[in-house]
Amino acid sequence: MKPVYIDAVGLAAPGLSCWGAARAVLAGEAMLKPEPLARYRPQLLAANERRRATHIIRLAFQAGEDAVLDKDIELNKLAAVFATSGGDLDIIDSLCRVFSGPDRAVSPTQFHNSVHNSAAGYWSIGTGSQAPSSSLCACNYTFAAGLLEAVMFATVEVMPTLLVVYNISAPPPMREKVPGNTPFSMALLLSPQKTERSCARLTLKLVTGVCDESEALSAELDPMRKDNPAAKAIPLLELLARKMSGSLMFNTTSQQFIEVNMMQC
Amino acid sequence: MNPLQITNYTLLTALGAGVEANWQGLNAGESALHPCEFYDIADLHTWVGEVDGLDEVVIGREFSKFDCRNNRLALQGLKQDGFIGSVQQAKSRYGGDRVGVFIGTSTSGIHQTERAYLARQNEHAALPGWYHYEETQNTYSVAEFVRLYTGCEGVSVAISTACSSSAKVFASAYRAIHLGLCDAAIVGGVDSLCLTTLYGFDSLQLLSDEPCRPSDRFRNGISIGEAAGFALLQRFPEAGGFSLLGYGESSDAFHMSSPHPDGEGAYLAMQAALHSAGMEAEQIDYINLHGTATVANDLAEGVAVSRLFGNKTPCSSTKGWTGHTLGAAGIVEIVFSLLSLKHGLMPCSLNTQQVDSDIGINILMKSHSQPVKIVLSNSFGFGGNNVSLIIGETV
Repeated sequence: MKPVYIDAVGLAAPGLSCWGAARAVLAGEAMLKPEPLARYRPQLLAANERRRATHIIRLAFQAGEDAVLDKDIELNKLAAVFATSGGDLDIIDSLCRVFSGPDRAVSPTQFHNSVHNSAAGYWSIGTGSQAPSSSLCACNYTFAAGLLEAVMFATVEVMPTLLVVYNISAPPPMREKVPGNTPFSMALLLSPQKTERSCARLTLKLVTGVCDESEALSAELDPMRKDNPAAKAIPLLELLARKMSGSLMFNTTSQQFIEVNMMQC
Repeated sequence: MNPLQITNYTLLTALGAGVEANWQGLNAGESALHPCEFYDIADLHTWVGEVDGLDEVVIGREFSKFDCRNNRLALQGLKQDGFIGSVQQAKSRYGGDRVGVFIGTSTSGIHQTERAYLARQNEHAALPGWYHYEETQNTYSVAEFVRLYTGCEGVSVAISTACSSSAKVFASAYRAIHLGLCDAAIVGGVDSLCLTTLYGFDSLQLLSDEPCRPSDRFRNGISIGEAAGFALLQRFPEAGGFSLLGYGESSDAFHMSSPHPDGEGAYLAMQAALHSAGMEAEQIDYINLHGTATVANDLAEGVAVSRLFGNKTPCSSTKGWTGHTLGAAGIVEIVFSLLSLKHGLMPCSLNTQQVDSDIGINILMKSHSQPVKIVLSNSFGFGGNNVSLIIGETV
């Protein structure tokens, strides 16, 4: 596949509350202090949309806004790929509780927020972008599938494309059925051509077979990588933070994987 | 774009099991909608397009963890119209790892989660042992089920952009084939009835209390349906048959559950589809509308269509037959559009009695038999996610 370029990075996870603050931890220069994320206030949303935004929408916005705000990026020109495994598990739990009760009246806002593409919808409203946006899922392979889709989109449609991969943990009683305790969200702005903002060049190769997925360089970050499908991005973020080139591997299904070659630029 | 051959296709809706049964229903002009008796619902006065017999489907021991209404619907769909045979041919021709799987769904197997919660003795109890989250509730579960059942080992993803999901998969599969990641792809959509969408659309006051009446002066909302549909796309053209000729995608950037009143996003998607097909608006013979029968959708879509096509191009929504099958609507209406091409039929806007005078486009009040060469199909979803697809004869 043709290479694409990383023009911006965003991050939101416990102890990694934004890309700027997380770089030292990802570079192995500072210890991880896994403090819970504070409730994020999306800056791109008007008051009424912000009020309706749920935890998962705020988490997706936190990484997305971290990547692109205050950088002179034309937000209304960006295409977007939003990738999450579980979607809004809080709302799914809440709706299912309502259906188990005597009165099945659900909140209309909760229902429209229940769709898998909720964050993508709010993002297009917030940025005013009428460019295409997709929302996808590949369960535990969601990070790799999202990266592949975003690279394909940027390459074929020749548009700057924002990838946001994000996942929250499930509330009880679903938590026993859905592994993962840590919220994690990351964003990459991918460009089909090199720009003055480009920090790295990504070349993807799809391979048949199963790989041993890339682990975190930092042993203290590896438990987080294993805990959340979105956090499989950590090894890629570490290379970016360390300004290193390298090759990474991520399974896209149980039968194929991608080799990701990253060159600093 | 380079056209993609549509090698085979199949469809399971309330109207019928298989392409022929759906064609018979479409040709007969008989709606498949019935008053809602789904599961234990007693307090919703609405009509649904429910697929019969799903409770009796046996999914097989090998896939027992995947057992839920949505995957049963997928299984029954895959077994029709020699679809598996066509997939096997593609696998032999290209290799199993060169055949991708792209499935659209809005709610996947959420009904299984609803049932698991209902099975609890009290609100603090654990979910039952028979509930398997990853294989039923997770949005990817239906794509993984299709992938494992067909033995396709290529690129695979579930796309979930609400009611445009199974139109979106065509664009995604095109990009993967174009870039050489695979040579063929199963694209499709599966969405099944559940409490979430029935009570959810009711909460938005978007459920009609009668069979839905797209573009009608007195339309008052949707009827929800369920469906599974699949198409096999291939890189290399074959003699005859039909192809995907163009696609267009856009966002409204307006509201989560209401369309842009001027149909701005719909206009951009249709314009992009024409551009990708290298076509002018005049070349489209028939438009299969998204046409949900909500007041806002049909008005906004009408504005967008008239701005791009004027008021001559024949248009209709086929949701009066099947109901709005949500995440499966894209594939349902592509298969209906393929039937239009194959049989030379432009279906009427079923259940429509008097067209809304504010919808200034050519809504077909009667089905027309005449040659159809190029069809444009619209699918729009919550979050303002729009897709238009163009299909026609393989050149």
